[in-house]
Amino acid sequence: MTTARAVVAIGSLLVATTVAATLLGGCTTQGMGTSTVSMAQPAPRARTTTGATSYTPVTDQRLVSPEAENWLMYRRTYDGWGYSPLEQINTGNVKDLVPVWTFSTGVAEGHQAPPIVNNGIMFVSTPQNQVLALDAKSGELLWRYKRELPEDLFQLHPTNRGVGLYEDKVYLATLDAHVVALDAKTGKLLWDRTVEDYKKGYYMTLAPLVAKGKVMVGVSGGELGIRGFVQALDARTGAPAWKTFTVPAPGEPGSETWKGDSWKTGGASVWITGSFDPQLNLTYWGTGNGAQWMGDQRPGDNLYSTSVIALDADTGKMRAFHQYHWNDSWDWDEVSAPILMDVQRGGRTIKSLVHPGRNGYLWVLERKADAIGFVDAKPYVKQTVFTKLDPRTGRPEYDETKKPVTNKKIPFCPSLWGGKDWPPAAYNPKTGYLYIPSNENLCGSLLGTAKPYEEGKLWLGTEIKDIGMVVADGSKHIGEIQAWDMNTGQKVWMRTFESHNWGPILTTGSGLVFAGGTNDRYFRAFDGKTGEPLWQWRTNSGITGVPSSFAVDGVQYVAVQSGWGVDAQRMQGALDDIRGAKTDVPQGGVIWVFAVKR
Amino acid sequence: MFAGFERIGHVITPGDVPAGKPPLLAYPIDPSSRVVRDGSRLNQVLLVRLAVEDLDEDTRARSADGVVAYSGVCTHTGCDVTVWQAETRRFRCPCHESEFDPRDRGRVVGGPAPRRLPQLPVKVVDGVIVADGAFIGRPGFQPG
Repeated sequence: MTTARAVVAIGSLLVATTVAATLLGGCTTQGMGTSTVSMAQPAPRARTTTGATSYTPVTDQRLVSPEAENWLMYRRTYDGWGYSPLEQINTGNVKDLVPVWTFSTGVAEGHQAPPIVNNGIMFVSTPQNQVLALDAKSGELLWRYKRELPEDLFQLHPTNRGVGLYEDKVYLATLDAHVVALDAKTGKLLWDRTVEDYKKGYYMTLAPLVAKGKVMVGVSGGELGIRGFVQALDARTGAPAWKTFTVPAPGEPGSETWKGDSWKTGGASVWITGSFDPQLNLTYWGTGNGAQWMGDQRPGDNLYSTSVIALDADTGKMRAFHQYHWNDSWDWDEVSAPILMDVQRGGRTIKSLVHPGRNGYLWVLERKADAIGFVDAKPYVKQTVFTKLDPRTGRPEYDETKKPVTNKKIPFCPSLWGGKDWPPAAYNPKTGYLYIPSNENLCGSLLGTAKPYEEGKLWLGTEIKDIGMVVADGSKHIGEIQAWDMNTGQKVWMRTFESHNWGPILTTGSGLVFAGGTNDRYFRAFDGKTGEPLWQWRTNSGITGVPSSFAVDGVQYVAVQSGWGVDAQRMQGALDDIRGAKTDVPQGGVIWVFAVKR
Repeated sequence: MFAGFERIGHVITPGDVPAGKPPLLAYPIDPSSRVVRDGSRLNQVLLVRLAVEDLDEDTRARSADGVVAYSGVCTHTGCDVTVWQAETRRFRCPCHESEFDPRDRGRVVGGPAPRRLPQLPVKVVDGVIVADGAFIGRPGFQPG
């Protein structure tokens, strides 16, 4: 690229008129004239939304043990499996899967939220902080909420990853760093709580974690030098319950890993929903990279960046943590919450935390009430940075020639998007396999730049033109789905795609794996045992949405949003730059609901 | 008034915008009250000097001595347009790689932006650059 950053010199300009505000033309609020048309058949209800006639409140008990037909949260269950026990759609009949209904969301950009379903009512969030409530069987729109976002907001990640449900409310974390509670039956706004000031670079894209009367959210903004935290609000009132920073203040445990004032802008954002162990009463959150990106400008381990942290669900107190890699300098956010699953090691069942890291290693940790122990880790994509791991603590040693620094171009693998970015992996207890959506054969480079922090501004520690990416010579693929047997620690199968892969994974009780993620717009099903492709459907756009499965009146459905954007689009742009190509992946969101043709 | 780094802190003259330099990021100041209108990001303006003969007719009509002014907020999702591609003389947004041509009324020449970068007509009065009307188009992204 031949770019040069603009000088950030702010002068003043004499103006003869007010800017911006005077330019808006009047918008007519008058609708078009309508006439009543008599119809032979009952009039469809498409033009008016009536809300839901009945609603089953979401209790703690239901969140801990959801009915098989429901998908009540981001990954369906607190353990983060992304697993539906339903098995009506199976390896034999999945070839007959057809769309039952679709719904245009009316917005562009990255549609990443799962369709969340409670007893036949579906809640879907979209970019621009819209929430749609639909009859999950018929596709009838029940209500629509659309947040009025501030005009001066800037959206580095124009997306949302889902709603949270509790009692009779629906919760949305917003791009302007609020949490809103909506009436699940009508969509009416019940409360609206500011979590932080968006003008300082805070924003939210994650689905709230709801448990024990609290709505828990984390903040994005690591690219803008925020100080990360997890905030819990009272689910009924929105009143703040607790707040735990992911970067300690001076004097707090971990503060010795920061120098000077670097903690104030330390990053460690939390932009993916945590998992939760009700027995230990601990929520587990993944944290992002330290800010800005260059580790040599914030010397120290920089706790609790690029870590998993265990927070008490009632008090927010940090009970334990494990830092995957110290002093991050690669933009390797480790935000995906760990998957809670049992892993066999040497005849022992370990209550573990499994995390396919953005740093390219597949981590197995042990969770306890007051500790997180290291079990083992190994690379699942090419990784050139770690030379070895401490066998006791898992702390990596680095090849210093692969660690980006200020004023020097440093190459490393995998690229800054990592072996896997945010799209969630899934675990199927029946096949026993973990499914990882990964990208291989991509390496990156960074040239660090020292630049002062400015509130609310992009603060990367590198110039855009100095973010490099290369495709490995002779490589035939980038995108992958990898299946791992975590008991043996072996990869059992892998599917590859010429395209990069940003597809979150769903797996089901019948041993199926569903995912999109590629630029060819396909949504696919695989045999979870063998990886054999069983079905595919070409949708309107590329799929980076979390798929879900649910049942209504005894019929199983699979649902997903198709709507390309954000980092999948950005990686496409980077690949196109390398190849001198221009790939047009259409935008615009559609909710797809599939069932077996009858 | 402009505490901080790399800031000029005075009213901009054509000499502050030399040829061959990357754009200058500026905020307007009210000429009568002297209030700097920097309360909203939507007021930030990019100033760059280009060869007059390279400008299309409309762009030239809104320029002063080759100095053109554009909104500094991307029409895609509202990010600050901070990258200057010197060789192609284009603005580029760091968030999603939209590119705009300042010689052609801020036309979109790459990336996802749905519409031009709004141009701000300028003229030189008493040796300083002043706005000669409102932005041509609405600055910022269109909240859907």
